[in-house]
Amino acid sequence: MELYNLTLTEIAKKIKDREVSIKDVLDSTFKRIDEVEGKVDAFITITREEAYKEAEKLQQRLDSGEDIGVLGGVPIAIKDNICTNGIKTTCASKMLENFVPIYDATVITKLKEAGAIIIGKTNMDEFAMGSSTESSYIKKTKNPWNLEKVPGGSSGGSAVTVSGEMAFAALGSDTGGSIRQPASYCSVVGLKPTYGLVSRFGLIAYASSLDQIGPFTKNVEDAALMLNVISGYDKHDTTSANIEKKDYTKFLVNDISNMKIGVPHEFVKDGVNEDVKASYNNAIKTLENAGAKIVDIDLEYAKYSLATYYIIATAEASSNLGRYDGIRYGFRAEEFNDLEDLYNKSRTEGFGEEVKKRIMLGTYVLSSGYYDAYYKRAQQVRTLIIENFKKAFEKCDAIIIPTAPNTAFKFGEKTENPLEMYLEDIYTVPVNIAGLPGISVPGGFDRDNMPIGIQFISNSFEEEKLIKIAYTFEKNTNFNVEKPNI
Amino acid sequence: MKDYEVIIGLEVHAELSTNTKIYCNCTTEFGADPNTHCCPICTGMPGTLPVLNEKVVEYAVKAGLATNCEISRFSKQDRKNYFYPDLPKAYQTSQYDLPLCEHGNLEITVGENEDKYKKNIGITRIHIEEDAGKLIHDAYTGDTLVDMNRCAVPLIEIVSEPDIRSADEAVAYMQTLKSILEYLEVCDCKMQEGSLRCDVNLSVRKIGEKEFGTRTETKNLNSFKAIHNCITFETNRQIEELENGGEIYQETRRFDDVKGIGYAMRAKEDAHDYRYFPEPDLAPIVLSDEYINDIKASLPEMPHIKKERYIREYALPEYDATQLTTSKYVAKFFEDTNAICNNPKAVSNWIMGDLFRMMNEREIEISECKISSESLAKLIELIDKGVVSSKIAKQVFEEMFESGKNPEQIVKEKGLVQISDENAIKEMVERVVLNNPQSVADFKAGKDRALGFLVGQIMKETKGKANPQIVNKLLIEILNK
Repeated sequence: MELYNLTLTEIAKKIKDREVSIKDVLDSTFKRIDEVEGKVDAFITITREEAYKEAEKLQQRLDSGEDIGVLGGVPIAIKDNICTNGIKTTCASKMLENFVPIYDATVITKLKEAGAIIIGKTNMDEFAMGSSTESSYIKKTKNPWNLEKVPGGSSGGSAVTVSGEMAFAALGSDTGGSIRQPASYCSVVGLKPTYGLVSRFGLIAYASSLDQIGPFTKNVEDAALMLNVISGYDKHDTTSANIEKKDYTKFLVNDISNMKIGVPHEFVKDGVNEDVKASYNNAIKTLENAGAKIVDIDLEYAKYSLATYYIIATAEASSNLGRYDGIRYGFRAEEFNDLEDLYNKSRTEGFGEEVKKRIMLGTYVLSSGYYDAYYKRAQQVRTLIIENFKKAFEKCDAIIIPTAPNTAFKFGEKTENPLEMYLEDIYTVPVNIAGLPGISVPGGFDRDNMPIGIQFISNSFEEEKLIKIAYTFEKNTNFNVEKPNI
Repeated sequence: MKDYEVIIGLEVHAELSTNTKIYCNCTTEFGADPNTHCCPICTGMPGTLPVLNEKVVEYAVKAGLATNCEISRFSKQDRKNYFYPDLPKAYQTSQYDLPLCEHGNLEITVGENEDKYKKNIGITRIHIEEDAGKLIHDAYTGDTLVDMNRCAVPLIEIVSEPDIRSADEAVAYMQTLKSILEYLEVCDCKMQEGSLRCDVNLSVRKIGEKEFGTRTETKNLNSFKAIHNCITFETNRQIEELENGGEIYQETRRFDDVKGIGYAMRAKEDAHDYRYFPEPDLAPIVLSDEYINDIKASLPEMPHIKKERYIREYALPEYDATQLTTSKYVAKFFEDTNAICNNPKAVSNWIMGDLFRMMNEREIEISECKISSESLAKLIELIDKGVVSSKIAKQVFEEMFESGKNPEQIVKEKGLVQISDENAIKEMVERVVLNNPQSVADFKAGKDRALGFLVGQIMKETKGKANPQIVNKLLIEILNK
C-alpha cells in the first residue's frame, strides 16, 4: 500500500494528524506520476517545483498549529481550461499553447484557500469539444484500463489522473457530459453540479449556458468533500446561485429507504450496449434491495437533447471563441496581407478540425434568416425538456440512467463518424440542457473488463440526494475499489 | 430641390458618466495613458465573466423617464458578434429585441422669431451597451495599436423615429437631448471627446409620396456643425443623384467635416450579419415599479421648468431664458454670477453675447472656459461703477476669456481705467476744438456728423478710455459757447 492509493479524505486526515508530511505525500504522488504518466499522457503541464514550494509553506503553517483547510496538503489536478494564475492554461489548443493567465479562476482560489496543492494541468479535447480527448492538439491521453482505448472526454486527462492514482482528485468541466462520461470510461466518480452551484469565473467558456465545473474523485465521500469546497455564490459570476451553502458530507449515509428512483424505460430501450444494459439493470436491483422504491418515468423529449445541444452549444461557442483572433494573445499566423487575412489565417491554423466544425455550425444557426428555425427553436425544445424533468421529479427523488451507452472505444474508432461519437453523450446531454446535477459512479465492467458507469440525476440544487444515493450504491457494490493494472 | 422632402432619424450614442465601466470595476476616466484603465474582464481575457454595473441601468432609466419612455419591467442583454481589433471579445454586449426603454418622445423648438415652431420627435428606444476600444495608427512605424481604456465604457443608444425633416430640426433635437442628459448628470456630453455622438439615417422622397426612399447611414458625427453640414450635403447628394436618373444605395457612410464631404464606407451587401443572441453570461434585467418610481422622484429640475422660473424670477425675456437654460452648466454659471452681482439682464447679455461667441469660435464647452462667475460678476460691477466703459469692458472680457485673469488685474496692468476726470477731459476737448476748425464750422452749420468726428478724435487720443458721457457733455458745452 502506497500513500497514493489512499482516498482524498484519508490522506487529508493523515496530513492533518501529522501521521505523514505533505512532502511524503508529494513524493508518493510524483513517484506514481513518473511511473504512469509516460504510459497514459494525462498531463499537459506538471507543476512539480511549485507544488513542493507550496508544500513547504503549508507544512510550516501546519507545524505552527494553524488549520490549513479541509484539503490541506492534498495534491489535485486541474483541467487545462480552468485559469491558473501564472500557470499555462492551453485548452489543449494550438491557439492558447503558450497562454499564461494573470488571474485564478474562483474554484482555484477556493481550492487554494482549502489548502489543496495543484500538481498540474490535464489534457482534454480542444476547448472541451469532444468525447474522447482525441481532439487535443497537445497529446493523446490513454485509458489506464486499456492503453489502446480512449479515456472519454472532454475531461479525459482529469479522469485518468484520478483513475491512475496520480492525483487524489481532479477538476473537470461538463458541458454535455465531459465529466461524467470519462468518469464512466475510467471507473471513477464524476460529479456535474447544478448549473449555478459552482462559479464559472475563470473557466474558459465553451458553451456558457451549459458549462459547469465539477470534481473527479475515487469515491463518493471525496466527491462530497470537493463539492463542499468549490460550491457557493460568486459575485463575479452573475449566473451563480445566491443560495445557502450546504455541507454535503452530512449526506454520506447508507440509507435510501423511502427514496423514489425513476427509471426512464423508453429512453434506454435502444442503442445501449448489452453489457451496459446488464449493469444498469443490476444497479436498479441494488437500489431496490437497499430499500428504494423504483418508479417508471417518461422522458419523452430527452431524445431531442442531442439535437438541441448541438445548436445551443455551437451557437454559444461560435461567439465565445471569437476572441481568439490573433490580435492580443495566443496564436497568430506568421504571414498575412491585411487584417482580414490575419484573422483568417490565425483561426484556420490555430484551431483544430472539431473546433472549426463547431464554430461554423454555430455561426450558421445564428445567421440572419436561420435564427428562428434553429436557435430559437432549440431554446423552445430546451424549455420542453426542462418541463419534462420537472414533471418526472414530481414522481421521484432521482433518476437512474447509464452514463454512456457504451464503454471506452479504441482510438480513431469513432473519429470517422462524428455522429456515433456524439451519441456517446445521449444520456449525459439532457442533464446539461436542463441545468440539473448528475453523478456518474463505477457500476461494473463489460466482458473486456472495461468500466461501466451508472448515472444518477436529481432536481436542481438537490446534490445531497445524489450524494446519498451514490454513497449507498457504492457501499452496496464496491466497484470503485477495483483499480486498473498499470 | 423644393419638390423633395428629407426624412431623418438619429441614433445618438451617449457615454454614461458612471465612475466604473459597465461590466468591471475599471475607471471610465478619459485621457489616461493607453491600456492603463483595463483589466482581464474588459479586455476579454479567456474565462472572465461580466457583472452588470447597476448604475448603468439607473442612468438609462433616468434618460428614459426624461424622454417620456415606457420603462421595461423585463429586458435582457444580447451579444452583437463581429470581428474588429478594438473589440476584444469579438462581440459587443448590447440589447436587441428587449431594450430598457421604449416609445418615448421629445419636444423641440426650431427656428427663431416669427419662424419659430415646436415639434414632437418620437423616440423608438433607448438601450444600454458597451463602447469599444480605440485604434491608434502610428504614422512613423506604420503600425496600428489598440488602446483598450474605452472598452466597456457604458453607453446608451437613443434611437429616434424618422420624424426629423431638416438639418435645423436635427440640430434642435440633438441640442434638446444634450441639455436633458446634462441636466440628468448621466452624460458629460463632451462632443469633442466623443462622449456624445450620433449617426444620421437619411432618405429623400418627392413631396406627397407615401413610401420612404432608400436611406443611408452616416456614422459618428460629433458636433452640431458636422450634423448640420452632413445633412445638407447628404440631402443635396441624394436629390442630385435621383434628378440625374441615378439610384440611392443602402450604405454606411462617413462625413469629413473639414472637407465638407461625405463618402461611402461599405455597401449593404458587405453589411455584417451580427448574429445577435441572448447573452448567456448575464441574467435578464427585472425592474420593480418601486425602483422606477424612486428614480422618477429623484429627477432634477428639467430645462423647460427652469426656463419658466427664469422668466418669473429674473424678469428675463423668453429668448434669454431659453438660451441660458439649454445647458445645465450655462444655467449654473448664470445663477452663480447673478448671485454675486444681482444684475440678471447684464449677466444674460454677457453670456449670450461675448461668451457664446467666443465659445463657438473656439468650439469649447462652458466647463472648459477659463472665465469664472466671480470674475464676470466683478466686470459687471466695474461697468456699473464707471471704472471701465462698456466698450473697454469687451476688451477686458476677451482678455479674461484668454487668460482667466480677474478683470481688476487686467484693467490695472493694461491701464484701462476710464478717464472721468472732467478737468483732464476738458483740456483735451479744448485742444481738439482748436485743431479742427473745419469740423467746428460744420457743427455750427448744423452737420451733426461733425460732433461724432470730434468725439472720435478724443477717444483715439485716450485709446477709448475717456468716459463718453463726459466727453459728449463737455464738447457740446464748448461748441455752444
